[in-house]
Amino acid sequence: MKIGTKILHTGNEIDPTTGAVSIPVHHAATFKQAKADEFGPYDYSRSGNPTRDALEAIIASLEGGVKGFAFSSGMAAISSVFLLFSPGDHLVACEDVYGGTYRVLTRLFSRLGIEASFVDFTDTAKIREAIRPNTKALYLETPSNPLLRITDLRVVSALAKEKGLLSIIDNTFMTPYLQRPIAYGMDIVIHSATKYLGGHSDVLAGLAVAADGKMANQIKFIQNAFGAVLGPQDCWLLMRGIKTLKARMDMHQHGAARLAEWLQGRPEVKEVFFPGLPGHPGKEIHESQADGPGGIVSFRLQTEEMTKRCLSRVRLPVLGVSLGGVESIISYPVTMSHAAMHPDHRKHVGVTGDLVRFSVGIEDPDDLIEDLDAALNQV
Amino acid sequence: MKTSTIAVQIGVGKDATGAMSFPIYQNATFRHPALGQSTGYDYSRSGNPTRKVLEEGIAQLDGGVRGFAYASGMAAITNLLLLFKQGDHLVVTEDLYGGTFRVIDKVFARQGLEATYVDTSDANRVAEAIRENTRAVLLEVPTNPLLKVADIRRIGDIAKGTGILTIVDNTFLTPYLMRPLELGADVVVYSATKFISGHNDVLAGLVVVKDEELGKQVYFLQNSVGAVLGPQDCWLVIRGLKTLGVRIDRQLENAQTIAEWLTRQAGVTRVYYPGLETDPGNRLLREQARGFGAMVSFEMAGRHIAEEVLKKVKLISFAESLGGVESLITFPAFQTHADMDPAERERMGINDRLLRLSVGIEDVGDLLADLEQAISGWEANV
Repeated sequence: MKIGTKILHTGNEIDPTTGAVSIPVHHAATFKQAKADEFGPYDYSRSGNPTRDALEAIIASLEGGVKGFAFSSGMAAISSVFLLFSPGDHLVACEDVYGGTYRVLTRLFSRLGIEASFVDFTDTAKIREAIRPNTKALYLETPSNPLLRITDLRVVSALAKEKGLLSIIDNTFMTPYLQRPIAYGMDIVIHSATKYLGGHSDVLAGLAVAADGKMANQIKFIQNAFGAVLGPQDCWLLMRGIKTLKARMDMHQHGAARLAEWLQGRPEVKEVFFPGLPGHPGKEIHESQADGPGGIVSFRLQTEEMTKRCLSRVRLPVLGVSLGGVESIISYPVTMSHAAMHPDHRKHVGVTGDLVRFSVGIEDPDDLIEDLDAALNQV
Repeated sequence: MKTSTIAVQIGVGKDATGAMSFPIYQNATFRHPALGQSTGYDYSRSGNPTRKVLEEGIAQLDGGVRGFAYASGMAAITNLLLLFKQGDHLVVTEDLYGGTFRVIDKVFARQGLEATYVDTSDANRVAEAIRENTRAVLLEVPTNPLLKVADIRRIGDIAKGTGILTIVDNTFLTPYLMRPLELGADVVVYSATKFISGHNDVLAGLVVVKDEELGKQVYFLQNSVGAVLGPQDCWLVIRGLKTLGVRIDRQLENAQTIAEWLTRQAGVTRVYYPGLETDPGNRLLREQARGFGAMVSFEMAGRHIAEEVLKKVKLISFAESLGGVESLITFPAFQTHADMDPAERERMGINDRLLRLSVGIEDVGDLLADLEQAISGWEANV
């Protein structure tokens, strides 16, 4: 079955008792038991909820993992996975990681004695150099946020296996429709499902998928013990969003490719970052592990002043944080998604004041280009 | 204003349209008016209007400065535990909710957080357990499931000025019956799944803090870790809070009647309910709360009798959780407290004969009839 079909038909989308083609929203917090010492499949919704179960089975199936887990936000998913580690453990993470992930690693988990080094994951030698005797995991995003750098999944998972480390990927930008990292040997896949999976900027959600049973048991323990679970209404909204994932993603990519090409021809634009553009570093690797470039285009204008003027003149895209919704969102990473990053580190990775991140929605690309054209003409 | 009135009025007058029921902002991100400007909302993890109404509501109900809503009671508690670092020490109620015990014992212990479990109904034991690296005292009042009562004023006094936080899990009483911040606690935490929401239809956790500085620290964690409550669920908790007073009044009355009735049953060897005059926590809870709550625990003469009772109840559902309008009964040793060491459980009294009843708002006659057909016929010496 093609992934585009599987998105709609994993086998978990039908209510097993009534045949309803939309899984009911089970608001129950607790479940009546028949026997004192033998519980039914559900006892308390934090431990398991039928609506959440359906969503978790769907994401596990799409990612090709053994079990999925739904959390109250992408950061709750990421933080829960980091709780697998103990004081004295060390992680190696990609340096241009999402600002919120950088924040929990440097300001929260560091206090609990879990250390992290941030390196350029496009350079395998640098990852290898950063590995210490107490390193327990490699953590990455590909394409990365916001500069869309590409990491070779085969290389990272081979290195992780060689060193006995866990490999963890935030697959938010691609979704399983475009990239299925477990097939390339990654151990845990995480999503901010608020983005493309939900797709409508109307639900906060996080997902994690474990590649094997042992890892699944550990994540299950943390999910239940910490309880940062996703509510049933939000699980249902997310499943509803996933149904149109392929249709949306196809259009996001189409629009992003048009926009990226057009931006390249503009004199105000200094640099365009988009994995679909010829000459994008890592394009070949990306195409060997993903089925498309995704819907995010980042670009630098000639000066910071021009960038700020451009952002204040666009009309159609929403100026705001987040990404992956049907409506285009334009954001300024330096004060938004990456504000939590130390300024020196931001500069080091290239998240500077001239940079714009464009989450291309599913509007007609002509309208987006017309709007951006008007904005750039005024800068 | 009385707490029941505050609870009914949550959200009223806060929406620009005049809607009596505050809308559900099912929304992840917010449009910025211009670069560098914000409406006050950027991204729902950092702040959501529906969540804000709930957070302000619970802060007002508890007389705190700031409230926080989480995906579950455990998410609220773990967020608070993340305030501490490696090498810190906590003094914790020994017969506390099994999920809290589990997260401290299995997760935070690994992160280097130490804990001493004591009978917090004896304030002297709390004082003795405090060490140089103690950062907080975590109390459940009354405890789950043995309903022991800690003296919040005395413990608050012991902790005051030492930098030790007094955290009270007020799930069983709610601000309608007890306001721990007024008694000297620094933080109140709830599984709002229980009495606060009251309908067994939403998982939620809440935290209220007494001072701004602590509020900032908790907010940093809420936003960074992201274990926030979704808007639909916030709305359901708000909706539940509106009937807090009427529900609890009825639950209290039913619980008192049932507890007294249980003391007269031959197969019942012990009844735990602070509303009984003979209960060790009765006098203290009378001083610090407006009511004794609706949780009644009782011990049957043998394990098989306890199991028979669970099998025979019809109206009362055998299910985990508590605090809903429907009555529930559980077997703590095998459900809520299954993660505790069996010997420790037995020592404290959470044995395989103990049942915990969460009394709902059904007619008390019907509840008594159901209990009677399940319990009667068992003699104390079976």
